Parts: sequence; C-alpha cells; structure tokens
Amino acid sequence: MADVTVGKDKCGEQRLVSLPLSRIRVIMKSSPEVSSINQEALVLTAKATELFVQCLATHSYRHGTGKEKKALTYSDLANAAEESETFQFLADILPKKILASKYMKMLKEKREEEDENDDEESGNDEAEA
Amino acid sequence: MAERPEDLNLPNAVITRIIKEALPDGVNISKEARSAISRAASVFVLYATSCANNFAMKGKRKTLNASDVLSAMEEMEFQRFIVPLKEALEAYRREQKGKKEASEQKKKDKDKKTDSEEQDKNRDEDNDEDEERLEEEEQNEEEEVDN
Repeated sequence: MADVTVGKDKCGEQRLVSLPLSRIRVIMKSSPEVSSINQEALVLTAKATELFVQCLATHSYRHGTGKEKKALTYSDLANAAEESETFQFLADILPKKILASKYMKMLKEKREEEDENDDEESGNDEAEA
Repeated sequence: MAERPEDLNLPNAVITRIIKEALPDGVNISKEARSAISRAASVFVLYATSCANNFAMKGKRKTLNASDVLSAMEEMEFQRFIVPLKEALEAYRREQKGKKEASEQKKKDKDKKTDSEEQDKNRDEDNDEDEERLEEEEQNEEEEVDN
C-alpha cells in the first residue's frame, strides 16, 4: 500500500502509523467523557490524524496564495479554515490575521457603538466573557 | 488532570514529515504554518474522540472501538478517510494475528534449542576481537622501525 508509512514507537509496534500512539492516547483521554479506548480505535485515530494532516496541508496549499512562491504559509491555513466547510471546526484556533492598525480601528468603532447603546439605556456596561 | 501543555501536542518532526510527503517537492513550509497544522491535528483528535464517544454511548458501551471511530469520520464529513482507514484496520489485524502466531512459534523453537549452543557462539566472537587487536599492534611496530 502506498500510504502505509513506516514508523516505530517504543515497543517497536505500529508500523502502520508514524504518530506516537502514546501521545494520541493522552490527547484522547483528556476528553472528560471518555472511559477507555480499545487498541484498534487508537490505531485508527492515529491513522486518521495523519490523513487529516495531509488533507489540510494539500487543501490549504492548493487554494492558497503561497502556491506561486512554492510556500505554505499560516494565512493559507487560516483561509482554508474560514472558507472550507470541512475545516470550519478549526476557525477558532486558526484565526485570520489582520494588521494591528486595522484591529485598533475595529476596537474603536466597537466602543463607539457601545457608547451609543449606553446612552439609550441606563444600564451598566457588562464585560464580555 | 496533570497533563503538561506539551503532552497535548504531537511531535514536530513527525508532523513535518507528513506535511512534506503530502506536498510537492521543494515547497517551503513556514514555522507558523507547521505549528498551526500541529495544533489543528490535536484539535482533530479531540473532535474525533468526542464524536466517536457519542457513538459508543449510543451503543451503551464504555470502550471506544474501531467502528465508533469510523462512524465519527462519517459524522465529521471526512468520508474520504473511511476506505484507507478500513484498509489500515485490516492490515493491523493481520499484523496482530501474525505476531501472535510468531510468538507461539518462538516458544516452541526455544524449547528445542539448548543453552550451551549460545555459549559457544560467544566464545568465538571474543577470539576474533583479540586477533584483530594483535594485528594492529604488529603493524604499528613496523612503522616505528622504518622511521
């Protein structure tokens, strides 16, 4: 199989995946509702994660602006997260970057909006979580 | 739980290798991009686990199994992974079966082999090393004489 990668972990097992199963298990167990994980599920999750990395990298590269420069950049990934339905779940951890000046402008506009609202109500300003 | 932040990350070297193998030759991957993909991979594991766990709970099971993971992929709209995952599962099961048979065979072979056989082997190896050392010393002496 062309996509079977060779890699070993401490026990010398798992030649089907390169990612260390022990680490994958730690991440999986950090999920509160999970009690136990069968070895096959662990292997499949590791393998799926590898496929995911390949998928995210190629998609971002193909649709990204870095293509002409033969480079993959952060913004290629952030764009993929925002524009592709498949990668929507990554939107929060891969936010698009904007210039600081633009951000300051946005903040200012937002504050002005809130000030207007305050004038209308007589309530307190609640800080957003 | 006492997990350090780095425990929830996947090793950089492996992630980089997977990315490089997926992209065409000569493409440069920025450090930021690499780190972003690594974080995304960890989030993927969490998302997949949570999803798979829902299927396990539906089936009133406490242990996540292979079919839960496959169902999770379907749910997350990564159907394209299902066929390669099934192939990997088959290969893994064959490997496990092969290992089991191999270890059972080893046990049988071990019983037949005697300990003295192994001792003889060790003695021979020691002799070889001594011979090599003697040869080297002789060569050095000759060179000195010439000078």
